[in-house]
Amino acid sequence: MSSAPENNGRRRFLTLATAVVGGVGAVGVAVPFIKSWNPSEKAKAAGAPVEYDVSKMMPGQLVRVQWRGKPVYVVRRTKEVLADLENGHNDQLKDPTSAVPQQPDYATNSYRSLDPEFLVALGVCTHLGCAPTYRAGDFNEVVEGVQNGFFCPCHGSKFDMAGRVFNNVPAPSNLVIPPHMFNGGTMLTVGVDKGDA
Amino acid sequence: MITNLVNWIDKRIPMTEAFNKHVGQYPAPVNFNFWYFFGSLAMLVLVNQILTGIWLTMNYTPSGEEAFRSVEYIMRDIEYGWLLRYMHSSGASAFFVVVYLHMLRGMMYGSYQKPRELLWLFGMFIFLVLMAEGFMGYLLPWGNMSFWGAQVIISLFGAIPVIGDDLTLWIRGDYVISGATLNRFFALHVIALPLVLVILVFLHIVALHEVGSNNPEGIEIKKPKGSIAEEEKSKFKFHKSYTDKYDIVDAVPFHPYYSVKDIMGVVGFLFVFCYVIFFAPEGGGYFLEKPNFEPANALKTPEHIAPVWYFGPFYTILRVIPDKLIGAGAMFGAIVMLFLLPWFDRGTVKSVRYRSLAHKINLIQFCVCFAVLGVLGTLPSGPIANLLGTITSIGYFGFFIALWFYSKNEKTKPVPERISH
Repeated sequence: MSSAPENNGRRRFLTLATAVVGGVGAVGVAVPFIKSWNPSEKAKAAGAPVEYDVSKMMPGQLVRVQWRGKPVYVVRRTKEVLADLENGHNDQLKDPTSAVPQQPDYATNSYRSLDPEFLVALGVCTHLGCAPTYRAGDFNEVVEGVQNGFFCPCHGSKFDMAGRVFNNVPAPSNLVIPPHMFNGGTMLTVGVDKGDA
Repeated sequence: MITNLVNWIDKRIPMTEAFNKHVGQYPAPVNFNFWYFFGSLAMLVLVNQILTGIWLTMNYTPSGEEAFRSVEYIMRDIEYGWLLRYMHSSGASAFFVVVYLHMLRGMMYGSYQKPRELLWLFGMFIFLVLMAEGFMGYLLPWGNMSFWGAQVIISLFGAIPVIGDDLTLWIRGDYVISGATLNRFFALHVIALPLVLVILVFLHIVALHEVGSNNPEGIEIKKPKGSIAEEEKSKFKFHKSYTDKYDIVDAVPFHPYYSVKDIMGVVGFLFVFCYVIFFAPEGGGYFLEKPNFEPANALKTPEHIAPVWYFGPFYTILRVIPDKLIGAGAMFGAIVMLFLLPWFDRGTVKSVRYRSLAHKINLIQFCVCFAVLGVLGTLPSGPIANLLGTITSIGYFGFFIALWFYSKNEKTKPVPERISH
């Protein structure tokens, strides 16, 4: 800055004001650069709800439905599995009552679903996003006394047939239950529920 | 003719001046050993990555539909495409080999200590950018391990409270890793990060040449001006920017002494590097992992997700902690610790040769822990692996904590005034 005998207070004020205006401009310019990283309209459209007819499922069967590019596990649970979910192994679970909001209100029950017979859960481990493996009948190899469940091959997280996480595994919370509803009894829609419709 | 040309240029840009200052008349300690190869080798690998990388982009298509196929196209249909790709993929692993050895050299000889803290920090930023390069580059072939590896690492950001989920969505640009993610990673991998990397390497070298090179003895070769008798000074001609401020002892000009020595290092390196490229380009499944030979599949997680070997140590720290947020914090913390090394070490003796037995043991246990963590990172988790991982994680962090305590009043050996040679 020149050492000319100018009004230094005014000069400092003008410099500061210019810097502030320039700074605001820089922040403004950053907006399009940051916002362009958000999902595009195309990606959002591809995230629309999907339908699946559950009437053709066998008891115990798991079906993977793709919604927003993620696997949604749909399982037709047997009577024995449902009985076990009531209170069979609650003491081994991190969050048996689904206190953490990982599900819509209508799935905040011991089955974590709208229709007790059908589990609809994201097949995405809440630890680091791997797809847990469905272990039907041989889950007691990883959790004693529980016949069926999900075991994540990545870091060994374990979930029961309601997607509830077991104690002492890396996953912090239960599997996410996506919004879902049944139209006409057997047509499952994932991604939207009666609240939105 | 040549002299005239040089003169013509020198009148317009300080070409000869810069060459002398940084190469021809740069004072380097006389006692560099083989550990000093790895800096120049890292530069060589950087050039290899940039050159082969540019050539790969000529035939690679960054889209979810085409990426996997275009890599196979390069491998099968482009003349020497396989060689360019293997030079690039093996180069990534080679980069981390030489950088890890380069860092270990700095740790052994105290090259991070005052006045070289900023030099160390630039180096650490290079390491950080290099990890980002490795991670983003690994997504580009769009194999199944590319996909699931990225899935795991991006999910780490989801551990951040409140903003985590929105942040991962923003990073991916989709509800799942998709072509949108691939495209932005491609842009960052081929232009943004290499640009940052080259600038950081430049700053790293500027900082090095300002403070001067350390050496295995940890003895400064720049003595206060006027403190050294004329016949004791190094007989070589060094650039006046160094001799004006200091008396230089026990030094040789970088060129030709170390430029020629580094060529020996290059030859040795190329023997190993070429063996890998031509005979073991997959590195036994560690450089190119088996599941990556099938295309990305969002509905099928590989049996065993393992990061590429060079992320192994940090990945193990992440997964031995049974809490997502703390685990991710510890993993980033492990890198932060390295950044802060110059301040954890409160000692003034640089080289391990003159430091206490405690320091030698501490450094060895650190290396062992780092190696074990690295091996564990590539293996499936289990009770024994978890126990071993926990112990070695404690050893990793313990190195820094212990260093802070004993380095204040460490029993060191007397450091000689001069490098004996």
